[in-house]
Amino acid sequence: MIRSRVRALVVGAGGLGSPAARALARAGVGTIAVADDDVVDLSNLHRQVLHRAADAGRAKVDSAIEALRRIAPTVEAVAIRERLCADNALRLVRGVDVVLDGSDNFATKFLVNDACVLAGVPFVHAGAVRWGGQLLAVAPGAPCYRCLFEELPPPAAGVSCREAGIVGPVVGVVGALQAEAALALLDGTASGTASGNDALSTLLIYDGLSGSFRRVRFARNPGCRVCGDARITALDASNYRESAC
Amino acid sequence: MPTVRIPTSLRKLTQGREEVTAAGATVRDLLTDLEKQHPGLRTRICDDAGALRRFVNVFVRDEDVRFLQNLDTPVKEGDEVSIVPAIAGGR
Repeated sequence: MIRSRVRALVVGAGGLGSPAARALARAGVGTIAVADDDVVDLSNLHRQVLHRAADAGRAKVDSAIEALRRIAPTVEAVAIRERLCADNALRLVRGVDVVLDGSDNFATKFLVNDACVLAGVPFVHAGAVRWGGQLLAVAPGAPCYRCLFEELPPPAAGVSCREAGIVGPVVGVVGALQAEAALALLDGTASGTASGNDALSTLLIYDGLSGSFRRVRFARNPGCRVCGDARITALDASNYRESAC
Repeated sequence: MPTVRIPTSLRKLTQGREEVTAAGATVRDLLTDLEKQHPGLRTRICDDAGALRRFVNVFVRDEDVRFLQNLDTPVKEGDEVSIVPAIAGGR
């Protein structure tokens, strides 16, 4: 696919979304839409590299698209000042070529998976807490995130990034890898990533403390509620309730 | 004994150790032994009924135990067992 014609949606203009969007812009991706409803805080700056101290208090999407235009003046950077939810997810993911999930909470991560699978849009999941990160690229038809993780953790079971902390360079690494995986998906050259014809998908696990990567492969789960035998056909908001980090 | 790889999010329970060893002939046995050595770890992986939580997976030799024999999947000396929970941060 010609990069200048690619339309990408980055969910979240934070620790993952910033390096991912920046890498896409530098790679020549034509349209980058950024969705976020938050504002820049000084405490974000150690990891959210699209924003500067002078942006404190501004909408993250405004700061992000300005930064992307500075990096790549020809990029069409689109600000979507919305939080992804069950009501808008399908509308936002339809019509783009790839989605990069840089959100900070389980509800949105599962929602991105479900919406992209329903819409048949390739996407790259990423998550990072403390020194660890995960990455999963999913092409239409491949085993999805919910094949691996079937349900959202209850709020008490998960470790929020506020409680656990996020190491800036870790999200920098994972966000850059997320962009790389997105480009590989678009080029159809993803290594170790499932295509629609593959029986297995690969979760990449990054450990920043040891500087090591591991991969685990998983098959389609016939009981997956999104791509399994009894799959959903619409998004129900009651399935995506969780407080954000 | 099999080696168990602990995710960064659970290392507070293993005194920061990335790898630990545990005894047992099945994944269930390993989790029981892990709980003795590192109290609290099993409840992060299994629910009150003893089943794997649906947001945590266990891999034996990089194979997903849900597609093997689940908690009854046999393990042997030298096997590497990985605990892989969903993680959410990134903003």
